[in-house]
Amino acid sequence: MATASLEVTDLACRRGGRRVFERLSFALGGGALLALTGPNGSGKTTLLRALAGLGRAEAGTIAWRDADIAWLGHLDGLKGDLTVFENIDVAERLRGAAPERARIDGALASFDLTALAARPVRTLSAGQRRRAALARVAASRANAWLLDEPFNALDAASQESLRTVLARHLGEGGLAIAATHVPLDIAGGRTLELGT
Amino acid sequence: MPTLHFLANPARFRRFCARVLPALSAATALAVVVGLYWGLVVAPPDYQQGDTVRIMFIHVPAATLAMGGYVLLAVLGASLLVWRHPLAALMARATAPVGATFTAVGLITGSLWGRPMWGTYWVWDARLTSFLLLFFLYLGHIALSRAYDDADRGDRAAAILALVGAINVPIIKFSVDWWNTLHQPASIMRLGGPSIDPSLLYPLLWMMATFALLFVLLVLLRTDTEIDRRRLEAAEVAA
Amino acid sequence: MTAFAALFQRDLRLVLRRPGDVAVVLAFFVVATTLFPLGIGPEANLLARIAGGVLWSAALFAALLSLDRLFAADHEDGALDLLLLAPGALELAVLAKCAAHWIVTGLPLAVLAPLLGAAFGLDGRSLGAVALTLLVGTPTLSLIGGLAAALTLGARKSGALLALLALPLCVPTLIFGAGAIEAVATGEGFTVHIAILAALALMAVATLPWAVAAALRQAGE
Repeated sequence: MATASLEVTDLACRRGGRRVFERLSFALGGGALLALTGPNGSGKTTLLRALAGLGRAEAGTIAWRDADIAWLGHLDGLKGDLTVFENIDVAERLRGAAPERARIDGALASFDLTALAARPVRTLSAGQRRRAALARVAASRANAWLLDEPFNALDAASQESLRTVLARHLGEGGLAIAATHVPLDIAGGRTLELGT
Repeated sequence: MPTLHFLANPARFRRFCARVLPALSAATALAVVVGLYWGLVVAPPDYQQGDTVRIMFIHVPAATLAMGGYVLLAVLGASLLVWRHPLAALMARATAPVGATFTAVGLITGSLWGRPMWGTYWVWDARLTSFLLLFFLYLGHIALSRAYDDADRGDRAAAILALVGAINVPIIKFSVDWWNTLHQPASIMRLGGPSIDPSLLYPLLWMMATFALLFVLLVLLRTDTEIDRRRLEAAEVAA
Repeated sequence: MTAFAALFQRDLRLVLRRPGDVAVVLAFFVVATTLFPLGIGPEANLLARIAGGVLWSAALFAALLSLDRLFAADHEDGALDLLLLAPGALELAVLAKCAAHWIVTGLPLAVLAPLLGAAFGLDGRSLGAVALTLLVGTPTLSLIGGLAAALTLGARKSGALLALLALPLCVPTLIFGAGAIEAVATGEGFTVHIAILAALALMAVATLPWAVAAALRQAGE
């Protein structure tokens, strides 16, 4: 996949009537990992949403190049009445991509969901749903991953699966930005602390 | 438009208001007194409707400005959505209740005007019914802008509604007129058309101008207050 | 399969997996229609005269009832964010969702209404008018309601507010829809009415998706 790059200059965002951060600048290229840390309310989600294009920035610029973004928000983005497989399949189609069976199966296997693939998402536990949402991201050919609290509801084994998948994505030249309370523990990752 | 940009800054707007409002209030008060005296005392009664025609001096200006008010809401909405004009949201919030009140006044005076002729306080006349729907459109705008804890979201949603509503007003008017001619003969509430007597026309024009002044005065006053309110809310959040 | 088709198919599949939701709306339509003879009296001539208005009003309320969830479900499970981020035009996604909504709401209403119309004593031609006017008019209702739903996403009292916003805008469709049925009953033609209903529908398709998309983006911010 083509490598994405991101350059953020003097970014400021407002939420709830006050500026949560300002004068934020950083640059990321292929293979880069950025962890966003900080207390609750420090603007991690606001920043991620602004980077994705979901939220508005009050000042500054966000310049993406050659980016195909995959988004994982606070909520899973899964339809409860569809099966895990159907969710990932339709998510790919909505992105304008043709679903690749092999990739989807691989993503499901990475998060130990192969046995659950045909179950409606509403019958899964919170941790299983989170894994399904992560599988959705992993199955895509997106080169830029924006993840909001990806470790939420994951047990230790699943957290390791996520680290493995992330490392693979970075190894393939993709970039990732993750808001997280849990340490990413991946070599070469940078951290940006908000709220200070 | 230099004036728009000049006033876009809330601080400048407030200084503008501080300078202009006292004179505007005095002028409006004077215009109201003159207009009411002219319309209610000096102008002659209509040969057909008698003294009740005097209600038109209030009804027609109120109705015209009610419609103009909605157009203003649409313009302010576009300003907010397209150019992010900072004052547009506050002014829209100020305008909607004023417009709604003028619509209500139009409905009440329209009903009173028709009572001597219809024998009831309400008929499903094309004009009154369109007017009632305009009133509902205003209510919707007011409710929507205040339906969110985040005032900004409310303002911007209401802006979209105002634009869609403004485009729909002619369609609604057309369909209600059509509906009415099918079910009822032509409306009773005529002004006397283009051949209205000057002794009635001039006081009417005066009252139109007076109501316009009143509308502007109320909107400016309320916008001023909205700026205050937003400042207060911002101070509370920051504290 | 295009993204439009995928979204259309997804929404249809979701509704068909909960057929109860569709049935409830149609049941409401039947019950609401039945209230009128109960409230007004069973006199045959009167019922035949008001049938067009009653059927259209009840259809309007039924359609609005189901619109509440059009975007709310996606908003609540985070799928709306993915729609906002999808590469194609958001306006097309809006059309896809409104089209799917119409298939499971407007279309069944257009089929069910003539059956109720018969209970109101309408003749064959009038029943045809009932079906045709609802068929042509309900897509407009889906779009107007879709706009109201998008504008009230996450608002307080969103259900009542949605109705307050949508109903005045639906008045033209109601007037020409019910008017067509009355025109047929009195022996006049209803071609003008159908033409106007079609024009309203085309205008809605050509303009409202942009407003709905703008409202959805606001909800995502």
